[in-house]
Parts: sequence; structure tokens; C-alpha cells
Amino acid sequence: MIKLEKVKKVYQSNKQNVVALKEINLEIKPSEIYGIIGYSGAGKSTLIRLINMLERPTEGQIWIDQKLMNQLNDRDLRFARQEIGMIFQHFNLLWSRTVRGNIAFPLEIAGLPKEEIDQRVNELIQLVGLTERADAYPSELSGGQKQRVGIARALANRPKVLLSDEATSALDPKTTDSILELLQEINKKMGITVILITHEMHVIQKICHRVAVIDDGEIVEEGSVFEVFTHPKKSITKEFVKQVTETKMVDETLRYLPHDSSSYILKCGFVGETANKPIISQWVKTVNVDVNILEGNIQYVQDASYGTLLIQINASKDKLDESIAFLQQNGVEVEVVEDVRYQ
Amino acid sequence: MFDINKWQALLDIAVWLQLGTAFLETIYMLVLSGIFTVILGTPLGILLVLTDKGQLLENKVVNIITSIIVNVFRSIPFIILMVLLLPFTRWIIGTPIGSTAAIVPLIVGAAPFFARLVETSLREVNKGVVEAAISMGANVSQIVRKVYLPEALPSIVSGITVTLIALISYSAMAGLLGGGGLGNYAIIYGYQLFNTPIMLVTTAVILILVILVQIFGDSLSKKLDKK
Repeated sequence: MIKLEKVKKVYQSNKQNVVALKEINLEIKPSEIYGIIGYSGAGKSTLIRLINMLERPTEGQIWIDQKLMNQLNDRDLRFARQEIGMIFQHFNLLWSRTVRGNIAFPLEIAGLPKEEIDQRVNELIQLVGLTERADAYPSELSGGQKQRVGIARALANRPKVLLSDEATSALDPKTTDSILELLQEINKKMGITVILITHEMHVIQKICHRVAVIDDGEIVEEGSVFEVFTHPKKSITKEFVKQVTETKMVDETLRYLPHDSSSYILKCGFVGETANKPIISQWVKTVNVDVNILEGNIQYVQDASYGTLLIQINASKDKLDESIAFLQQNGVEVEVVEDVRYQ
Repeated sequence: MFDINKWQALLDIAVWLQLGTAFLETIYMLVLSGIFTVILGTPLGILLVLTDKGQLLENKVVNIITSIIVNVFRSIPFIILMVLLLPFTRWIIGTPIGSTAAIVPLIVGAAPFFARLVETSLREVNKGVVEAAISMGANVSQIVRKVYLPEALPSIVSGITVTLIALISYSAMAGLLGGGGLGNYAIIYGYQLFNTPIMLVTTAVILILVILVQIFGDSLSKKLDKK
């Protein structure tokens, strides 16, 4: 549905070339929620703006629905843009218009007759749950409500694609979740393809099907969210995964743990099935070790569960190897945490 | 100043009738030149913004030419501009004197000033909103009509207020070249006939006019501002 081929973006400033995107290849399937995660300056903002040609690629091709976006003339591009909704971090609503007026805006641009606009606006206000606030001005709304207006506005012309530019980054965690749930609902209900960029792994974890990690203008890792979550390869991906899987508590716990050369700390990962078996108790009986559970959590990614346990064992090197072998046989991922204090 | 005879002039109904006529002439000049200033200055201001670097209709040549024209007419002191424009005024209106003729230099003097104010107002419009409109497939004309102008309206109204007050002061100067109005009246009685009381009253009328324009402009701008 959406394909980026060898897309490169170079900015020229003061005779100096700044490469924002090196060579991006991406393919996004219809009706999927595709997340692009990266730190600020990684090029994710440029990348999402290339899709609706708010930025022009220096090289490469951008296809949406068999349409080569970077070859369209101005008129065709304007029509193509009407089929791509976009929401923004700072909402970008018109201060001078009410909720109703803001949602009507893209419909006026598309040239719909007045009665049709009114009817569509009412549907959309209901969809995003702002019936009570239809005649309020943006300055009278909360951040979450403003983003709901932004979403309604983006959906007004029944687009096939919705671009989300850090849409939840200015919102508090609770509001973020409600907005993410709304996006997910819209994706399920209308089958709209959603492309979102973010710097928060939480956003990816909660609603995305697939994810790409962007670093320094390059996509360094890509795959299903579950795969990337459970088996991150690049260190930057691990950092992002850490944002949601490891709490600060773990670091604190380890910091105050006595530094003891005869004890090891194991990080055990339980994916899907393995999370439901009594593996730990079998391990204790079979290998005959004493275990001390320091911390545990379970994450839900795309309706599958992924558990992590941080376990301290007092054992010899042999017992340690035996334990690792036993756990691995039972499908548990094991990692010996060398010493977190020096990591 | 305390010449009782001169103060007695204020009891003369004819003086007040003349003052009334002068007041109406001033209002006439203000309204007409105000309307034309807005009609001419707004597109100039829009042009200045849109043709600037990185904007929707980026065009260096047009931007520089517009900017030079605006700067030149803004820099000429109004009293000199009036004299310079005499032939032009005569060509358009048919006569270089009278209230109607005064409107020509008033517009030429105020429109570039107002254009700069419009430019500043439009630049304050959130770039993100313009980007949002582009992302929806809006064309330049839609962006100007539906984003730039409505979003900048409170600020443009403040600009109109400032311009109207400048026009009141310009129109008083226009009195020097037989433009009529309150300025003319004050000059005849205060400067040529040394009638201080009439000049004071005339000044008070101008002052009240300025204050009223300011109060009305401010409250309208505030009412329109939904930010």
C-alpha cells in the first residue's frame, strides 16, 4: 500500500549538506498500524512528512496505492493529500474556529456542499466523543480533547492513511492511553492504515503491529512489534524496550544488593506458552538451588504476553551452568546479568 | 488666552456648526481612506509574507520590489508626500484641494504602513496550522482565506485601529493643503486667527475621536480573539 524506495533527504544550509535520511526502504501494508520510533534528530519527523510530500525527497520514490507521490503535479497532489489524514503533536487547530468549525475545515477545502459538511461533522464529533463540546473553541479544551478534534479533522475526508506525528507526546500518560485506544478503535473499525512516529516505546507497545527503529537517518531494525520487543537486536532498540520493560526499581534494587562474587543474577524471559508453566519450581527441585526473586513483570504486546523475572541465585559455577541449561531447555531466555552497577 | 472676547466666540452657534461640519469632513476622510487603506494594504501585506523565503509563493524579485515600494512610501513624511502627490491627486480627483482630494495622499501614506502591520500579524499565525492546511490539500487561496486571515483577524483589527489613529493625525495635516476637517479648522482658528479657545475645543474633539477609535478597536480585537 505504502512503499518508500531508496528515499534520501538532504538539506542544504549555508552551502553545507545535512543528510537527514540516508536510504530508507519501507513497505507498509494496508490496515496496519506501523510505528516508527527514534530519538529526536533521528529523522523520523522528516520521514513522516515525506509521505504526504510536506517534505520533498532528494532521491527515491514514494508510492501510495500505486501512485508515485513525488511525481504528482500540484493539483493531483492536493487531491492525493485529501486522502491522507494527519495529526500533530501540537494539534495545529485553528484558534478562530470552534470544534465544529475545525472539523468542517478539511471538508470545506474538499468543496463539499454545506448540508453534507454538517452531517459529516456531526458523525465525527460523535465518533471522537466530543458531542458536549461541539461549540467550544480550542482554547477552552484540554490537551486530550484538542487531539480528539485533530483526529476527527484528519478523518473527515475518509482517508485511507492516517499519519500521526508524535500525536501523544504533549499529553499526560492517562490521556495518551485514551488517544491511543481511540486510534486503535478507528483502525479496527475503518481499516485505515496508521503510520505513527514517536519516541515512546509505550506507544509502539500499546497499538502498533509493526515497528521500525530509526537512528541517524537510517532504519536500523524492523519487524513485528512482538518480535522486536522480545528479541531486540541493536543496542538502541534495547534501550527503547527498556523504557517499558524495566522500571527504575530494578536498578535501585541491584544497586543496594550486596556485591557478592558467589551469587549470580539471572534475567529470565518467558514468552507466550512458557509463561504458563511452573518452570521455576521445577528448576529449584531439579537443579537444587536456592533462588531469590528480585523483580518480575509481565508485558502485553499485541495480545501476547512476555514476562521477565530477575532472579538471584547463590550457587557454584557448575550449578549456574546447569540452571541455564535447564531453563533454556524449557524455552526460557536466560541472560546472566554481569553486574548492573557497572553497566 | 484669557481674552474674554475670544471665549465668547464659543457661545456663537455658527462656530459650533462650523466645527460640526469640520468633524463630518474628518469622519468622511477617515472612513473612505480607512476603507481603501485596508483594501490596498491587506493584499500588499499578504504578498510580503507569501513571497518571502520558505513561504508558499516564494519569489525573491516580487518580495524585494514590494518591500522597496512599501518602505519608500512609508519613509516619506506625510506632509511632503502630500505635496509630491499633488499632480497625481489632480489627475484622479480633478482637483488637488478639498476633503475628497485629501483622501488620495492619505491612502498612499497609510496603505504601506498598514501593509507592514498586516505582514507582522500574518507572520504570527502558527506555522503548524498552515502545515496542517497544506496536509489537507488546501491551495494557496484557501490557506489565505481560511487560515491566515481568520487566524490573524484580532491582530489585523488592532492594526486597523493603529492605522485609523495615524490617519486622524495625517488628516489633520491634510488641513494645511485645504483638505478641510478638524485639522484645517484648528489651523485657521488657532494659528491664523489666534483663537485659542476654539483651537482647544477642536483639539479636544480630535482627542475624543482618537480615544473612541482606540477603545472600540481594542474591544473588537479582544472579542474576536479566541486564543
